[in-house]
Amino acid sequence: MRKKVIFKGVALPLLLLAPQLAITCVFFLWPAGAAIWQSVLQQDAWGLRTEFVGLRNFEEVLVDPAWREAAWNTLVFSAAVATSAMAVALFLAVQADKSIRGANLYKTLLIWPYAVAPAVAAVLWLFLFHPSIGLIGRALNQAGILWDYKLNGGQAMLLVIIASAWKQVSYNFIFFLAGLQSIPRSVLEAAAIDGARPTRRFWTVVFPLLSPTTFFLLVVNLVYAFFDTFGVIHALTGGGPGKATETLIYKVYVEGVQNTNLGSSAAQSVILMVLVIAMTVVQFRFIERRVHY
Amino acid sequence: MPPDTTLAAPVALLPQDATLAVRTARRQRRERWLTHFWLLLGVLVFALPIWITLVGSTHDASTIGRGDVPLLPGTHGLENYAAAFATGGSGRFRASPAGLMLWNSALMAMLIATGKIAISLLSAYAVVFFSFPGRMLAFWTIFLTLMLPVEVRIIPTYQVIVDLDLFNPMAGLTIPLIASATATLLFRQFFLTIPDEYVEAAKIDGAGPLRFFRDILLPLSVTNIAALFVILFIYGWNQYLWPLLVVNDRSLETIVVGLAKMIGSGDAQNEWNVIMATAVLALLPPVLVVVLMQRWFVKGLTETEK
Repeated sequence: MRKKVIFKGVALPLLLLAPQLAITCVFFLWPAGAAIWQSVLQQDAWGLRTEFVGLRNFEEVLVDPAWREAAWNTLVFSAAVATSAMAVALFLAVQADKSIRGANLYKTLLIWPYAVAPAVAAVLWLFLFHPSIGLIGRALNQAGILWDYKLNGGQAMLLVIIASAWKQVSYNFIFFLAGLQSIPRSVLEAAAIDGARPTRRFWTVVFPLLSPTTFFLLVVNLVYAFFDTFGVIHALTGGGPGKATETLIYKVYVEGVQNTNLGSSAAQSVILMVLVIAMTVVQFRFIERRVHY
Repeated sequence: MPPDTTLAAPVALLPQDATLAVRTARRQRRERWLTHFWLLLGVLVFALPIWITLVGSTHDASTIGRGDVPLLPGTHGLENYAAAFATGGSGRFRASPAGLMLWNSALMAMLIATGKIAISLLSAYAVVFFSFPGRMLAFWTIFLTLMLPVEVRIIPTYQVIVDLDLFNPMAGLTIPLIASATATLLFRQFFLTIPDEYVEAAKIDGAGPLRFFRDILLPLSVTNIAALFVILFIYGWNQYLWPLLVVNDRSLETIVVGLAKMIGSGDAQNEWNVIMATAVLALLPPVLVVVLMQRWFVKGLTETEK
């Protein structure tokens, strides 16, 4: 859809665009370009000589066991956060979609965690799961289950997953509820008249109709788990114990801030960029299709 | 309306149909209770961490340190919050006073939200209502930022800040976060729905492009601006990685980063009561924004994702 009536002039629109474009170029495109440039260079140990090494940085990153471990952690973490946050949200949305008293109050009480910062969510769950001062952490220890997320890598992973998923449920809940409410009542009534039981009705009629929402949320949740959960991990475990909760983003941060291997850090950033671009493309292609749907 | 009653009601004259109707009604009541049960459980699980934090912020350090986690509020609330405001705690891991950190967070969130909205309004206006060479190039350049979240270009972006000497002042903290493809796309989408007749009428009345923007477009966009503001305020308030990296001046510490610093390595000897009070302060403003502006919030959330 194009405007038929358009203002004339070149200077004014460029002036209007200037602030956005300036920030985009200086803080987005330039650093991204610098990362790509640095990813094909290697400095010697004293930082005196820099030489062009082609894709060697990428090769080194991809075969590095530490990087592979971080990639595996990211995969486990993201899959767990996305599936648990979506499953809980879908279940609650189905409940809240039924015509019951107080539905709006429930809605309000379920969406507010969206506003809590990931790092703050981490602190809240730490209060619950701290081995000596936390309500649940202490209860677990008293029940004979050794619980200390500062020593046990698996428990640390579980805790960052819980804190990250807890925050994301509200977001998914809002979208699932909107999706459920857009399903025509007549379709549901037709299924009911055909004698389908509620559970069957859900899986054969409602869930397939929700699939655009589900797929959209899957991408959003994966992006969230990849990039926005840095605060959870930094505040809660600092990537530890050992490197048990170190994700790819966390690794780039740690190496960029502490180490000085610019080439390797840049190569890791470029790999992540490719990942985001792929996810964004998938998301937008899909949304185009949803419009036709 | 549950469909089962519509089926049962018109023919509820025969005896066996009557018992069927009674049974259906009973089943529906049971299902309603079950729905309430699950929703309540959800609400409680969601609220549990906040409740514990709220309660903890009203007890003294030794009660919490002993591990006797209380479930009901105590009597030390005022002193804990006073301590948070006065010094930011006195333990090994100290943050700035809470008042200062709250102010910094509020300023950062406001600057990011208003900045994003302002420059996105302007650029969407330019892209939709003007035809000029490089229009599509500009649009795609802005669109590209969607694919470059700060997390994947941390170090080089940090390098730019160092090179530009933008350290510490609020500018270095906020300006790099102000570019917004999402907001630009949202406003573009909205502007495209505005009938051409509006522009024609404005032109006939002799209004120039700036006048049209100020007197017609801006008032029409108020709803969208409000919805977007709620989302962006929360986004700004909750920033973590960027402030952590850029701010090395105590007086500019934000409350989310400060809170995480107070945790340190999570020792049991921490001043947990003050930390919990600070946590409550850190989450209260954005939560209030969501609860009080729920309608705008839901609108903003669902529309920015289209």
